[in-house]
Amino acid sequence: MPSRRAVLGVAAASVAAAAFPLPQLRAQARPRVVVIGGGFAGASCARALKQMDRDLAVTLVEPEAAYVACPFSNTVLAGLRGIEAQTFGYDGLGDVGLIRKRAVAVDAERGRVRLNDGTNIDYARLVLAPGIELNFDALPGYDAAAAEIMPHAWKAGPQTLLLRDQLAAIQDGGTVILSAPANPFRCPPGPYERASLIAHYLKTSKPRSKLIILDAKDAFSKQRLFEAAWQELYPGLIEWVPLSAGGQVTEVDAATRTFVTEFGSHKADVASVIPPQRAGAIAQVAGVADQTGWCPIDPVTFESQLRPGIHVIGDAAIGGAMPKSAFSANAQAKACAAAVAALLREREPTQPKLINTCYSLVAPDYGISIAGVYQPRDGLLAEVEGAGGTSPLDAAKEVRELEAAYAEDWFRTITSEVFG
Amino acid sequence: MSWCDLTKGRRGRFSAPVLLAAVAASAPAFAGAPPGATACTGCHGPAALDTAIPSLDAHAAADIVDQMQAFRTGQRDATVMGRIAKGFSDEETRAIAEWLAQPEAARHAEP
Repeated sequence: MPSRRAVLGVAAASVAAAAFPLPQLRAQARPRVVVIGGGFAGASCARALKQMDRDLAVTLVEPEAAYVACPFSNTVLAGLRGIEAQTFGYDGLGDVGLIRKRAVAVDAERGRVRLNDGTNIDYARLVLAPGIELNFDALPGYDAAAAEIMPHAWKAGPQTLLLRDQLAAIQDGGTVILSAPANPFRCPPGPYERASLIAHYLKTSKPRSKLIILDAKDAFSKQRLFEAAWQELYPGLIEWVPLSAGGQVTEVDAATRTFVTEFGSHKADVASVIPPQRAGAIAQVAGVADQTGWCPIDPVTFESQLRPGIHVIGDAAIGGAMPKSAFSANAQAKACAAAVAALLREREPTQPKLINTCYSLVAPDYGISIAGVYQPRDGLLAEVEGAGGTSPLDAAKEVRELEAAYAEDWFRTITSEVFG
Repeated sequence: MSWCDLTKGRRGRFSAPVLLAAVAASAPAFAGAPPGATACTGCHGPAALDTAIPSLDAHAAADIVDQMQAFRTGQRDATVMGRIAKGFSDEETRAIAEWLAQPEAARHAEP
């Protein structure tokens, strides 16, 4: 039984603490959230965490000085814009602490990240946003050296410029071949937007050329819209070879720019291989990726189903129907930041509702879109029935033009939100 | 008790519940955003950006609710908003509209 004096003492201390809670807390160590990866997901999450709770210490670990965005990078391939319009620095991240190192290991038990210079950072919670890495094990003949001849350009930057320069150099009458992987992969409509904008370039600059898409699938995102547009804008220029017609690439030979399929082989003048992918390397190292190579998450908090205290957002995460898009990454980042802020305050995280909107350009003045609304159901992010879908098939020219304008303005808006 | 105790995610270890309650009372508005609300700014930026996608700055909550209903019923033409509005109930729409109608600064944590 405590003495009366002791009880009063505790009560007095509590009242004092209640009256001046923040200065006391600030005098002590703030909880640190470490975010790994400075793309759409990671940079968004770091900024949102500071906006949600200024008492958090937020550290973003990203080795590169600038991020080169993939959305809209197909316009660079077609010579419609420069790579600088795709490039964003981190000066706008405000009071997020930026560490320009590579995270090389995670000790989930101790809550610690090791960087490539040997230093360690402790975290209260860790958010992994490593994006994708190309799964070179999954396609015989394709590796980093082969990618210098048959560019993937699926991470924007030097690969984008390499492919652009190859396209600029081919003769009229040449053959461009690109291959698309099986699901899931970053940006489901991306290969078809790429085909469209390359076709636009060929039609206007090298009209006797041809483009073949070798596809490991029998169906793809916005398919009816793309196919109708190709018929209208690029008749006879694009040939899509689905899985069932022998589209799956089983091997490549970079020396001869040859794609091998079960039905034969195709030699290209310009070859872009979009290979199978998996979550970025640190996700594999941290033990949050499963045997598929992707990271299963809780649909409310984005906490890993494999390692408590680690959250995974953006392209690296899998958790149901949400596609791997920049919009999804940004929306997930904000929901995850809210959940992390709540968990650190010992509050119940709110059930999120997420949106995805994704525009594709078929030509500079011809845009199409898909949208979806998602919510947690049975441990996954499930589509809200009755919502979402693609642009109408019979839309007027003005609507296509409007969607092209929206596509560009969406990119301006989201990059301003993510990178400041 | 230190902040580190708060951060380990171990429930029920706190010796000063009054202090914790005080922290919770100072919770910022952004963290309390209703479901779906924070996704809107992926397309709708501040007015200063001046894009073809309208800014939601300085719209009254009632107007946002009206527009969302018009999108949902098809009364107002849209590219993507009709498809998105169908994913939210009246109650969710109202909560999002009230949150969006706050000044931008109020949606963020106090400095």
